[in-house]
Amino acid sequence: MAAATPRIIVVGGGLAGLAAVIKIAEAGGKVDLFSIVPVKRSHSVCAQGGINAAKDLKGEGDSVLKHFDDTIYGGDFLANQTPVKNMTAQGPAIIDLLDRMGVPFNRTPEGLLDFRRFGGTLYQRTAFAGATTGQQLLYALDEQVRRYEAEGKVTKYEGWEFLSAVLDSKGACRGITAMDLRTMDTRTFPADAIIVCTGGNGAIFGKSTNSVVCTGSAQSALYQQGAFYANGEFIQVHPTAIPGEDKLRLMSESARGEGGRVWVPKDKNDKRVAKSIPESDRWYFLEEWYPKYGNLVPRDVATRAIFKVVYEHGMGIDGQPMVYLDLTHLPAERLNKLEGILEIYEKFVGDDPRKVPMKIFPGMHYTMGGLWVDFNQQTNIPGVFAAGEADYSIHGANRLGANSLLSCIYGGFVAGPQAIAYAKTLPAQEGDGGHAAELQRQKEFNSLLLNNPGTENPFKLWRELGDTMTKHATIIRYNAGLDEADSKLVELLDRYRNINLSDKSQWANTSFAFTRQLWNMIQLGRVIVQGARLRDESRGAHYKPDFPERNDEKFLKTTKASYKNDAPAFELEDVDISHITPRPRRYDATA
Amino acid sequence: MAQSTIKVEIKRQPTPDAPSVTEKFEIPYRPGMNITSLLGEIALNPVDVSGRATTPVTYDSNCLEEICGSCAMLINGKARMACSALVDKLDQPITLAPLSKFPVVRDLAVDRSVLFENLKKVKAWVPIDGSYDLGAGPRQAPQIQEQRYPLSNCISCTICMEVCPQFNDVTNFVGAATIAQAKLFNMDPSGSVLKEERLRALAGDGGIQECGFAQNCVQACPKQLPLTEAISDMGRDVFIQQVKDLFAR
Repeated sequence: MAAATPRIIVVGGGLAGLAAVIKIAEAGGKVDLFSIVPVKRSHSVCAQGGINAAKDLKGEGDSVLKHFDDTIYGGDFLANQTPVKNMTAQGPAIIDLLDRMGVPFNRTPEGLLDFRRFGGTLYQRTAFAGATTGQQLLYALDEQVRRYEAEGKVTKYEGWEFLSAVLDSKGACRGITAMDLRTMDTRTFPADAIIVCTGGNGAIFGKSTNSVVCTGSAQSALYQQGAFYANGEFIQVHPTAIPGEDKLRLMSESARGEGGRVWVPKDKNDKRVAKSIPESDRWYFLEEWYPKYGNLVPRDVATRAIFKVVYEHGMGIDGQPMVYLDLTHLPAERLNKLEGILEIYEKFVGDDPRKVPMKIFPGMHYTMGGLWVDFNQQTNIPGVFAAGEADYSIHGANRLGANSLLSCIYGGFVAGPQAIAYAKTLPAQEGDGGHAAELQRQKEFNSLLLNNPGTENPFKLWRELGDTMTKHATIIRYNAGLDEADSKLVELLDRYRNINLSDKSQWANTSFAFTRQLWNMIQLGRVIVQGARLRDESRGAHYKPDFPERNDEKFLKTTKASYKNDAPAFELEDVDISHITPRPRRYDATA
Repeated sequence: MAQSTIKVEIKRQPTPDAPSVTEKFEIPYRPGMNITSLLGEIALNPVDVSGRATTPVTYDSNCLEEICGSCAMLINGKARMACSALVDKLDQPITLAPLSKFPVVRDLAVDRSVLFENLKKVKAWVPIDGSYDLGAGPRQAPQIQEQRYPLSNCISCTICMEVCPQFNDVTNFVGAATIAQAKLFNMDPSGSVLKEERLRALAGDGGIQECGFAQNCVQACPKQLPLTEAISDMGRDVFIQQVKDLFAR
């Protein structure tokens, strides 16, 4: 039998990872927490608008079942319903816990939690701390984990990058290999179970709203070791991002939740400055097309509408791919609740969004797909669990705004105790559990990269990867384009073998670490592209003009990719629809 | 008139013990660039102004929207975040150097873990009973939230420590960020249970008394935290606590 105190490794210190750590430490387990960056700098910090939970503090008759239904409907019925039902049921208790941890949620005059409305619902269900809710939530969990760290229950390995799982002769996980990003030392760490909470994969698309570390590298490494990667083709493009040189900066849905309106001039040749264009000369296309939900339709719907206005109607501002997101009519007390995001716009664009309508365009934001997990958050590799954006559960074909923070914490809270339960029944390891062999495999890859006499610059390959993925695998998808993209990815993998590192040193070599990630990014790119190619329908964020309708008969299925013969192989799995019968998803209906 | 290149000079060192050298670059100009995109351009083509091949620059970065706190460095001599430093607003040649008060790891990356250690010393957390469902938290007037929220916006960038004349090896001053976090948790209805421990941790050598009221911190903070107000409030509370402890002996 395993030791009395299970040893669990958590990879990734964003909300999901920290949530898992808290549950394990609280239960008396020992945790090693691995993170590329100090956990307080994880990407969860970027979430802005809020976290959903049906506490019904606004007298609207909201309920967890309505939250459940909105989430399933918003995800176009692709999510397995049982975990979504569980998550929405736990929402109110999770909000209460965060409140008790000291998150400075906005308050009503009576001192209760305030709630705002978000996309894809008609209820005020989103608790928020200004417009920096992710930051505040991450800090609250970070503080609790710091407390456990001070008590000796958690050991942090910040500045370490996960490379792979260590698998024993029966295929069960016995630890990980990781690389110290300062000394570049690669070694293995033993564990009875691991929980992978490594977030999104925006870097595969070059520019996105994601942080630098969101490469999907860990998920891809596990997929190449035998884990299923599910629903990879479902990529959320956020309707409102600020186009930028180095990244696309998110402009939270809360801007519309607080009353922001999206419009373009009715006359495409209108040269007047935005403020001087009268209401009657503005086209509020979301409000016109979706009278019931207005500016708060789900993200995939808003994104396609903006795309259509710009590219089909040719109505982008000054002929550019941009539309207005206007907050200038909002009263000061509403603008105050958005302070954090208004500052971002002001700092990076230079205009004051309180006075001038913002110019925005959709940007790659989130992956609904991720590592396949069962209802206990365990992948098909025994002892490898996953939670948060890194897993595929909960959001189906499209994620609703403010459900991500909830799903991270819910996933971590399930994965932590489940990992302990698994570890307690794990038979003792035979021999070294595969540690030496896996370490050898990773060291060989390192040495291959460092000694490669090639000519390709990894950053240039990355740029080509991002351009290809953004062009063919975001808002609009055609089979011909997806085929072209996959050929390009195969070409990039081939050219990767001819890579040359300009920096071959073994100290804080960031381009070396990046080049390792790049291989995994391209491999995962193929999962996304081929998954999209196979799904000849339109559902949620996945839209093919040649197949504009949802096809439940063929595709009410989870896509599962596995790595066979150096390429993705696909199978389909039935979706759990045990609670809500699928129905057409029509946000333009007025009833 | 549109300029064709951007001149930038970067102070670099390959390891913590190696001497530093300055490398000069000229980068093709594009409108709307920030310092992190400039460093990305160098990684794409790591060649200095004389045509000599070099290596991509090592620096910390993550969110690129001034909320993760990673990319603090000295830009034209001033401590600030690289992501929100726009090239169009900077005099050239642009000089980049690592923060000066922290051990250099490599190039522009420094070790700022001292801040996270300090946060342990002042127990910057709410000691909750458990993570299970214990019902709603205490009610809190919006006015309290409005005071706590700005303090909770600290991104741990350590710029307040970098610019503080008192933050050095002689004083071992904890710095403004830690003091502000102590205030944040002392103001929390449940967090205040550790108030006295936090105040004692800020008393004595390296504590709040080391502050020389230079006020550099509050001017340099990229998130406009009310740091001097926090120091002054906590200074008063620490003093009162010391007097209480004196008479309780």
